[in-house]
Amino acid sequence: MYTDLVMDHFSNPRNVGEVEDPDGAGQIGNPVCGDVMRMTIKVDDDRITDVKFKTFGCGAAVATSSMVTEMVMGKTLDEAAEISNRAVAEALGGLPAQKMHCSNLAADALHLAIEDYLTKAGRSGDVAKVLGKKASS
Amino acid sequence: MRTVYFDHAATTAVDPRVFAEMEPYFVERYGNPSEIHRLGREAREAVDKGRAQVAAALGAADKEIVFTSGGTEADNLALSGFLQRFEPGHLIVSAIEHPAVMETARYLMRQGWEATFAPVDHEGTVDVDAYAAAFRPDTRLASVMFANNVVGTVQPIKELARIAHEHGAAFHTDAVQAVGAMPIDVDDLGVDLLSLSGHKLYGPKGIGALYIRRATRVAPILHGGGHERRLRSGTENVPGIVGLGAALTLAVAALPTEGPRLVALRDRLTAGLLASIEDTVNLGHPSARLPGNVCVSVAYIEGESMVLQLDAKGIAVSSGSACASGSLEPSHVILGMGYRAEEAHGSVRLTLGRENSDADADYFLEVFPPIVARLREMSPLYVKR
Repeated sequence: MYTDLVMDHFSNPRNVGEVEDPDGAGQIGNPVCGDVMRMTIKVDDDRITDVKFKTFGCGAAVATSSMVTEMVMGKTLDEAAEISNRAVAEALGGLPAQKMHCSNLAADALHLAIEDYLTKAGRSGDVAKVLGKKASS
Repeated sequence: MRTVYFDHAATTAVDPRVFAEMEPYFVERYGNPSEIHRLGREAREAVDKGRAQVAAALGAADKEIVFTSGGTEADNLALSGFLQRFEPGHLIVSAIEHPAVMETARYLMRQGWEATFAPVDHEGTVDVDAYAAAFRPDTRLASVMFANNVVGTVQPIKELARIAHEHGAAFHTDAVQAVGAMPIDVDDLGVDLLSLSGHKLYGPKGIGALYIRRATRVAPILHGGGHERRLRSGTENVPGIVGLGAALTLAVAALPTEGPRLVALRDRLTAGLLASIEDTVNLGHPSARLPGNVCVSVAYIEGESMVLQLDAKGIAVSSGSACASGSLEPSHVILGMGYRAEEAHGSVRLTLGRENSDADADYFLEVFPPIVARLREMSPLYVKR
């Protein structure tokens, strides 16, 4: 049911944990639904210099979290913002249909971390520009 | 790598002795039992023998056994077939039934029947008072599973059947998990209808049976040539019937030694799990429980992750988490027992069987705690103490 790449990321997840003194943190999901993902990032000159995840959830939830950390490491905030949940799933060679909804939120968690970073840096006005959406109040 | 199969509630391997008995009925003795020539008669004898074996294992008469394609069809025949005789009224099923009963009850509701889903307590035992209070003058049938497939809790079937009869209703039990795993006597229990399945007791898939007490009238749900005394049309699955009869005979003979052996293994695994992993709770009744069922909820982590990690170590188990069940909902059984959704997501079920040994339990207790530690390390819900 899972691709080899999903199983690889699930069995050997990359960048597990919390970055020390994070510049931004984002959490999404709900234990009732069975998936919670937390992303912490370190940002330097609008570039993600470190990212780590913690995830409660199934194989797909862990694999998408791991994959998104690999995809955004070293990327600019603008580049990271462009990565969608769908792109993460595609990078893993696809996910089973029933996993596309609840277990595929890693990019959203990352975007929340970016939003948190911008807000903390006093740049709430940039949230819409970077993430292409209205800042959540 | 060591392979440990701890998923006997899902299915079992066919016992080689059973397979040896079935084998001639595919290529050599392939006759249709409805024909009067030699090949047909041979097949008829095999079907009769299988029926006698199943009846003997349940303390039933041969005529009270109808072969079906499995447990699901037996449950459908019991509920839909029995209730077809009546104008739509009321039925009672427990809140933790297998989907084969649950979804048939929902189907009947769409046909105009009203259903009460009798609640269970925290250990998965039907609340007898609530169950008794649910009966109405137009209640025709109550259906409560003998033993639960997820948490293993065994119900007080004799008492539940008696209460149904006191209210003028018939009683069905889905005994798919219990037949072959514990002693069953239909007369002692007083049940009117009982479902069983071959592949849960080291027999083949694709065969099951419904016990129908004499004088309990059931209408067919499959129409055709009138096989199985008009109750289940379709050419008999002769090798399957031979296999079911042989498997059930062997299972009943092995019970006096196998039952206590599995109980000891079960209790050792449960105690070992609870002792070696903090924030873990037993799910289901501690003693009124299937001999081979171990079910716990491990806090802060999710079931499918545990299943996959154990699979990588060669151990096959199952979980009641939403992901592992393939739906978006965690197990209705664990939720029905009053546990929170996250506790259901963190459930892991081990169902033990014949080929499992003490060494398998040792291996599991060795590899599982580090898996839990690793997944908790990864979990945002876990706060290290």
